[in-house]
Amino acid sequence: MADVAAHITGTVWKIEVKVGQAVEAGETLVILESMKMEMPIEAPEAGTVKEIRCKEAQAVNEGDTLLVLG
Amino acid sequence: MFKKLLIANRGEIARRINAVAQAMNIATVAVYSDADKELPFVREASQSIRLGPAPPKESYLNIPALLAAAKETGAEAIHPGYGFVSESADFAKACADAGLVFVGPPAEAMARMKDKSEARQLVAKAGVPIVPGSHGVVPDVPSALAEAERIGYPVLCKAAGGGGGIGMAVAQRPAELEKVLRQCTDRAQAAFGRAGVYLERYFAKPRHIEVQILGDLRGRRIHGLERECSIQRRHQKVVEEAGSPLFENGAQGALQQRLFDAALQAAAAFGYANAGTVEFLWSDGAFYFIEMNARLQVEHPITELTTGLDLIGWQLRIAAGEELTVVQDSVRRTGHALEFRICAEDPVKFLPSPGTLKTFTPPRGEGVRLDSGYEQGQLVTPYYDSMIAKLIVSGSSRAEAIERADRALSTFQVEGIKTNIPLHLRIVRDAAFKSGQLDTQFLENHARAP
Repeated sequence: MADVAAHITGTVWKIEVKVGQAVEAGETLVILESMKMEMPIEAPEAGTVKEIRCKEAQAVNEGDTLLVLG
Repeated sequence: MFKKLLIANRGEIARRINAVAQAMNIATVAVYSDADKELPFVREASQSIRLGPAPPKESYLNIPALLAAAKETGAEAIHPGYGFVSESADFAKACADAGLVFVGPPAEAMARMKDKSEARQLVAKAGVPIVPGSHGVVPDVPSALAEAERIGYPVLCKAAGGGGGIGMAVAQRPAELEKVLRQCTDRAQAAFGRAGVYLERYFAKPRHIEVQILGDLRGRRIHGLERECSIQRRHQKVVEEAGSPLFENGAQGALQQRLFDAALQAAAAFGYANAGTVEFLWSDGAFYFIEMNARLQVEHPITELTTGLDLIGWQLRIAAGEELTVVQDSVRRTGHALEFRICAEDPVKFLPSPGTLKTFTPPRGEGVRLDSGYEQGQLVTPYYDSMIAKLIVSGSSRAEAIERADRALSTFQVEGIKTNIPLHLRIVRDAAFKSGQLDTQFLENHARAP
């Protein structure tokens, strides 16, 4: 299990995966937007998306859990 | 002259426009999003009005809300600043339809410049050198391959409907072209709602030189000399200077004159009026037109400080129908000025760094000016551009301006967020920068973090 957190404060621009989807390490899970820059959040390890804890356009703070991999 | 001006922008540029307008006895209207209501630009205006929630689409890009604010306050004109609606032909037209003056170029000139590929062809016809590139938008991969062969590799793929470097990508050889085309097309579609892309010859280490233009509605135009903006990261300018070290102490005078003439020819080809900037790429003693920016530039203060031209004041007078009375021969440069874009970002990893400005102590010293959008204790939110202030330093020579900049950057204290001040200090202390050896790849090779 791994909690995937936002590494910057910003808004969720795009969620690239669905619950139940298998992902590889390094695959883009979520794209955050902050100060007109888009920043991908990548899977730290291979696994399955267990839970998505954010919505597109939602404001998030650095350290907030965006999704959970299992 | 207008009695009341609405400023459709935020932060430092809204403050700057406000100060110029108030000095001309024009009442001002600030517009703001929910994220910005405590910022100085709102307080300093004669009156202020809320646009909507923080996201730009619901506030500073919200055309109906901007027009409603103008109507409610009785503003006669709207200054768009830079970014947001400044280059929107739709907004300019909406202003005209609502009986408001848009402080910027005529709508027809904006239309001619909107498609960057067509703009290139237009200035080329007027005799201005352009970067070798495709004849308009490339429709498919085979024609792109044929065009790239003619232009010569490496080629740069650019979005026809866009700007700010968004979508740009380089193909080093034919095998990479298809992927680069697809990538650029997707980004162009997502960012600008238009998929069209075109190709240009890619120069590995060019300089970025630009020429300020001012023109009135009667067709009189002057140039305001050049600026050099070679120090860039991800196609965004980081440090700008007036003038270019290329022409220091009268060097290459004939070529410099040809550059100014080309800029005026380009502006004439567009039928340009108001303040604008013609951007050129400079490589191996030759210059090529890139594009014309139909707005006030972020870096306009370095031109104002070294020429004495009041660019925002002239924008307002020209928009009000007044004649441009400055004659070309009176435009002379005195001294040298540097501008440093102070951004809320990590100076090593370049990640955005929103947060609260726990300490914000402006720099001191001779020839130092700070145009800031924020004050100590205020929150820098993640909704807008990361530039929080511009540090502008002038001196009697480039060397003196650099010396003063070093002191100013050293005394500029910002805590609570990360900023690129350490990066600027590395730049002003770099030997290649001091000797004026600049190119757009400068930050790839110099001023690296230890």
